[in-house]
This record gives sequence, structure tokens and C-alpha cells, in this order.
Amino acid sequence: MVYPGSGELLNYINADKEMNKEANLTHGINMDALCRDDEKNHASSEKITMRVENVDLYYSEKQALKNINMTIMKNRVTAFIGPSGCGKSTLLRCFNRMNDLVDNVRIEGRFLLDDQDIYAKNVQASELRRRVGMVFQKPNPFPKSIYENVAYGMRIIGIKDKRKLDENIEKALKGAALWDEVKDRMNDSAMGLSGGQQQRLVIARAIAIEPEVLLLDEPASALDPISTLKIEELIYELKEKYTIVIVTHNMQQAARVSDYTAFMYMGELVEHGDTKSIFTNPKKKKTEDYITGRYG
Amino acid sequence: MSSVSKWLKSGQPWIWLNAGAVSISLLMVIGLVLLIAVRGLAYFWPADVMQADYMHAGNIGKVLGEITASEDLSMERLQDSGYQIGPEIAQDKKHVVRYLVKMGNRDVTGTDFKVLLKPMLKKVTYPNKAMVVERREWGNFYGFLKALKKDGKILAEGEQAQAMLDQRLKQALGIFDEISYIRKHDIGKVNYSMERLRLRERRLELDGDTDPAKKAAIVADRKVLDKQYKQLQAKLSQLTDKIRRDSLVVETVDGKRIEINMGKVVRAYFPNAMSTVEKVGLYFAKLWEFVSDDPREANTEGGIFPAIFGTVLMVMLMALLVTPFGVVAAVYLREYARQGLVIRLIRIAVNNLAGVPSIVYGIFGLGFFVYFLGGNIDALFFPEASPAPVFGTPGILWSSLTLALLTLPVVIVATEEGLSRIPRSIREGSLALGATKAETLWRTVLPMASPAMMTGLILAVARAAGEVAPLMLVGVVKMAPSLPLDGNFPFLHMERKFMHLGFHIYDVGFQSPNVEAARPLVYATSLLLIIVIVLLNLTAIRIRNRLRENYRMLEN
Repeated sequence: MVYPGSGELLNYINADKEMNKEANLTHGINMDALCRDDEKNHASSEKITMRVENVDLYYSEKQALKNINMTIMKNRVTAFIGPSGCGKSTLLRCFNRMNDLVDNVRIEGRFLLDDQDIYAKNVQASELRRRVGMVFQKPNPFPKSIYENVAYGMRIIGIKDKRKLDENIEKALKGAALWDEVKDRMNDSAMGLSGGQQQRLVIARAIAIEPEVLLLDEPASALDPISTLKIEELIYELKEKYTIVIVTHNMQQAARVSDYTAFMYMGELVEHGDTKSIFTNPKKKKTEDYITGRYG
Repeated sequence: MSSVSKWLKSGQPWIWLNAGAVSISLLMVIGLVLLIAVRGLAYFWPADVMQADYMHAGNIGKVLGEITASEDLSMERLQDSGYQIGPEIAQDKKHVVRYLVKMGNRDVTGTDFKVLLKPMLKKVTYPNKAMVVERREWGNFYGFLKALKKDGKILAEGEQAQAMLDQRLKQALGIFDEISYIRKHDIGKVNYSMERLRLRERRLELDGDTDPAKKAAIVADRKVLDKQYKQLQAKLSQLTDKIRRDSLVVETVDGKRIEINMGKVVRAYFPNAMSTVEKVGLYFAKLWEFVSDDPREANTEGGIFPAIFGTVLMVMLMALLVTPFGVVAAVYLREYARQGLVIRLIRIAVNNLAGVPSIVYGIFGLGFFVYFLGGNIDALFFPEASPAPVFGTPGILWSSLTLALLTLPVVIVATEEGLSRIPRSIREGSLALGATKAETLWRTVLPMASPAMMTGLILAVARAAGEVAPLMLVGVVKMAPSLPLDGNFPFLHMERKFMHLGFHIYDVGFQSPNVEAARPLVYATSLLLIIVIVLLNLTAIRIRNRLRENYRMLEN
């Protein structure tokens, strides 16, 4: 957080960051092996938004996530990579409790958003999902007008004032780099947009209610290369305001857009660190094998 | 051999089979509608009136009437049926044409149809002077106009009478309309108010309320109504006197003279003298009368407007009742209930309900809705009407409810189908924006499933509009004195009995004293019932298509 016009406060914050760095370093030594790399890599001037602590997830009897520990940094892009079925989407869907909708799911461990357990009894899933937005693999606009699609979340919150709606919708569409393409046909059906435009509309819909975290589940996998590029550029811009977690199959994409990368394999978090070192200097054999294309 | 097996393999026979099945279905539908349409619509055509002498077993008689049916008959069949072949028919003939002639004049001759063989007829002519009089009693009259009378004195005779007829008739019809308006509307209103007053008084009595002010108010109201009634009565008798003054003097083909009061005449015309254009005009006038007028003479004459109105209103009420109920049930079954054995059993039960014979629903409706629910409603809310039932008797509300129950499975199944077709991604998209499950359902899923609901409703309407058996137990009558919707508060009278096209067909076709006269009406009513169902369905289909357009999903 930056508070302009308050030099003293800035100094204080910087001092605080230095302290954090040391704390992380010393703390990191005591963590188990998987987490150590993690904490070390984050040791710079970063703030933690989400924390995953000892998470196990079971579908009926089958264990899909095994003892996951990780942190998600504020205003950074974290990418989950790994072969199909490794649990990266499952983990992502835990962040906004989308797994609640699936029968027979059991989750152990804790997910903390700003130090609050999101699975606590007093947290409502719908409240949480306003803070943690999500964009899915296939564009899923509602069969309504473009305007109504973006207004949807705001109407749910109860914003009725037309001026405020218009304002926020314009802001959201500009934020999703779609405004110029749709501003003249806000009342047309969203189903008439191209796939790439639809996906950006869905992103606009998600950011219209100003979440803190944005979860992207393979957001470009159903799109053509040019639309993919646009989405990637958009992600780069969005991290100014939002913390982004992205699941992707495409390793080049992870390398291009993310600040941190987590590699998962068979339900385990194999390696988590800043993207550059994961891709250039992986510490685990499995990670190296995967990013060099030996399997997956 | 190999070429045959090759042909079989190519899939050609399969295509032929499919196309054949479709064609046969289409032909059956077209044939059915065509038959009904031709028979039904021909009835309104003002056919020429034939005059002839006929010889039968040595007797000579005269006949004047319309040929309404003719068929080719073999002589053997004729002999088998006990017909004595007289000298009028040449013995060597194998076939003979048999006519059914409508001669009317039931009041004079006792029957209004006669079966005649073509060879029996001699001196067939179509005289221009032959007149048809449609009457409010005794059916049609066929004969010749001799004179017009006023106050028992002859006004005009012969040609002059014919010229004056139209004008006098128009005047009489105007008076008649006035009379029936006063009878139905004004006096109906007074009667309705009187009845309410009586119930108010009785209510006070039951409540033990002896407030003299209230009693005085009732007495005062009654005085006003009495006065109104007397005025109307006076006006009515004045009009009746006026309409009774005029009469027609007519002569049958046998030379019998009778007098027909002008007030009893609906229409009089000379078909043989009419041009085609005039006939077409008359045809449409009669057709309009059929769809817009009240029935006469035990439903065998006149129009069927109350039946059309009753059918449409009942179906609409049914739709209003069944849609919310079915949709709510389907939403629970599909969205909220835990899918397990119990839900599976419920689903089986719902599907089986669709196969229960409709008369069973009628009995249930009579037992549960009419006697139990209606009886309790009467006991609770209408004690003043006792012993006369208000809701505790068959009526349009109970009919609609019974049919709603009958069509409920269709709506539930169709809505469930629609709900299950909404992609998961749309629901997740809504939930991910912070909507609760209920909000997601209300704002996204239900609107998107609305075309499926409409499909269910279309099927329900089609079934309900054609259903007759249960209605006979829970609300349909042969002749309802007033429509369930009128100008008296509360306008929609859900407790009233009503007329229905399906029942009308049954009643006219099989319960009427004059089957020959009623037969064309059966066809015409059937045609109208089909048209009503088609129109109701088309409306629903249009709405569905609009909804579909609104919620069109992206093709994958």
C-alpha cells in the first residue's frame, strides 16, 4: 500500500518490509522442504494475500490434493502448471469455494485470505466469491445483453442507481480492454461476440464488482492465438489492481505472464518459486523434466 | 441379389420408410381436418330449395326442402332394408340414389327430414318464391310467403309482402335485440344485486346482528332495486307487445296456411332467387352467427359462443394454475432435492400420473375439490347461501384445477428437461460473481429454462383443451345461463358452471332429440374446437420462440 503525501509512513513501510525479509528468511529455514524454496523466493518486498496451509482434498475416497502449502502474493500473477489431472484446477477452485458445489468433497487444512479462514463457518460462500472472482476455461457469458452481463454482479450486490452502474460498467469494460469494441452496442446480445471478446467480457464482468483476487482457469485455452495474446496483455495490466492466480497448460504462457509459478504433479505441489528461476533453474528433477517436455 | 443388399446397405430404404411414415401421418391429419371442415362448413351454405312431387306405393305427395345428403345405394341393400319397390323404379336398375331432404316445418308435419329415392321424384323445380324462415322455435320453415300482418290486419300481400319483409324483419330484430339486452344485462344485474342483498340479510341474521340501521339500509336498497325491476319489466312488456304485433302468413307446399310471429323469426330468405354474391354474404352472416351467438333449441340451432368462451377461459385458468405449480415442483426436484431413491420414486410417480385415465381425475376432482374443498369453503365463507352451494358444486374453478392436476406431470417433466439442459458453466459463472443459488436460479437459470416451460405448457394446453370426460363431473353443463365472466362485480365468477366445445359436440351429437339436424353442427363444432386448440397452441409457440430468441445459447 502506498499512501502518497506521507513520507514518514512510507519510510515506516519500507522498514517494515526489511523486517519482513529477515523474518521470512529465518522462518523459511524451519519450514519443510517444499515450502522452503517458496518462502526464500518471495523474500523481497512482497505482501501475502492468500495462504494455503496443509491442505488435503478428497473426492469421496480419492485424494486429489496432498498436503499443499503455499502463499499467493498480492498484486502478482501466480501460475499453476502441471500435467492434466494434477490437481491445479481443483486447488484453484478451492480459493473461491467452487468445490462446495461438488458432492462428496472433503477438504482438510486451511485457506487464509488476509488471515481469515475462508472455510470458517461464519464466512458465506457468496460473500467470499465477491472478493475472489473467477474466470473459466470456456467463455460463459449469460444470454443477455453486454450491458446486463457486466451489470450482473452489481445487481446482485444491490446497486440500482443507473449512473453508478453505467460508470462501473464503463470502467470494467475499459479495464478488460473491451470498451472500444462494444461501446456502441451495449444492448446487443453477448452471445454475438467472438470467443476472445466473450472471454474479455467475462473478465470485465468479474472485475466490475472489484474483487481482491482474480482466479483464471485456463482462460485462453479455447481461444485463437491473437485473442490469447490480448488476454495475456490484459493479465499484465490487471495485476496492477488485482492479485491473479492463473491455471495454464501452456508453459510459454506461464513464463510470459506470471511472476510466480507453482508446478504440481499428482496432487502434490512439487516446486513453487519465482517464474524465472523455475524455468531457468528448476530445483527438482520432476520440474525440469516437465518444462523440458519429457512428459505431461 | 447383391444389388438388393447394396441398396439395403445404402440406407435408401430407411429414408423411404421414414418419409413414408411422415407422409401417412400428414395425410391422416389433413384428411381428418378436411373431412371435418367440408362437412362442417357446408352446413352454413344457403342451398337451393327443391320442390317436387313424389310417388310412393301409389300415393302422391309434395315435398319442398333442401337436399342435405345423397348416397348411391345398391338395390339389394334397399330390398334388404324392407323397402317395397314400387312401379316408380325400373326393375333392371342396380343402383339408386337416395336423398335426405330437409323439409323443416316440424310444427306442421312432425318431422323435418324425409328420405327419398331419386326415381320417386317427379316435376322437380326450384321456385323463386320458395322461402326459408329460420325460427327461434320449431326449426326452419320452408314454404311460400302469402302476406304480412300487423295487429291482425293484413299489411301487404304477395309481391308487396316480399318487398316489405326485409324492412319489417329488421325492425323486429332490433326490438328483439333490445329485449334480450334488457333481459340479460339489465335484469340480470338487478337479479344479481337482489341475490347479494338477500345474502347480506341472511348473513346479518346468522351473525345475530340486529342493528336496525343495517336492516333499514337493506330495505332501502331493496326498494330501489324493486323500482328498477318494475321499470324494466314495464319497458319489456311494452317491447314484447310491439314485437308481437307483426306476423307472417305463410303457406306450406301442401297448401296449409300458418302464421309466424315476427318475434320468432331469426332470418327469412328466398335462396332460389339469390345471386351467388348474396349467398356468400348470407353464408358468412350465418358463420358469424355460429361463432358469436348463443345456442337455441337445445343447442341444435344458433351459435356456440358460450362454449368457445368457456373452453378458452377454462384453458387459460388451467395454464395460470399449472405453470407456477409445475415449475416450482420441477425446480425443487432438479435443483434442491438430493438425488436419491426417494426423488427417483417421486419422478416415477409423476410420470405415471400422466398415464392415469382422465375420468379418474374427474372423480378425484369431484370428490376432493368440489365436495371437500368447495364444501368447506362454503361452510366457512358462505354460510348465508346455505343450503344452496356456492363453491361446493361443479364450476369453472374446479374444472381448471382438475385439468391443472391432469397436466401437471407434463409441465414438470418439460421444465425438468429444460433445467437440466442449462450448462453448468452458466451456473458457475453466476455463482462466481457472488450470487447465491437462489439468485442464480431466479436471474439466470429460470429465464433460460423458460422456453422449455412453454413447451410443457403447449403440451398441457393441447391436452386440456381436448379433454371432456373429467369436465362432465366437475363443471361443464349443456346450457349455462350466464358466462363466467361478466360486468357484475367481481367480474370473474369462478364458481359458475360453463359450456365447453368438447362437451357440446358430445351433447349435440348424441344427446339431442334431433340428430339429423344436429349432425352438421357436430362437424362445425369439431372444426371450431380444433381451430381453438390450434390458436391457443400457436400463441404459446410464438411466446416460446420469442423466449428462445432471447436466450439463445452459443452453438458449440
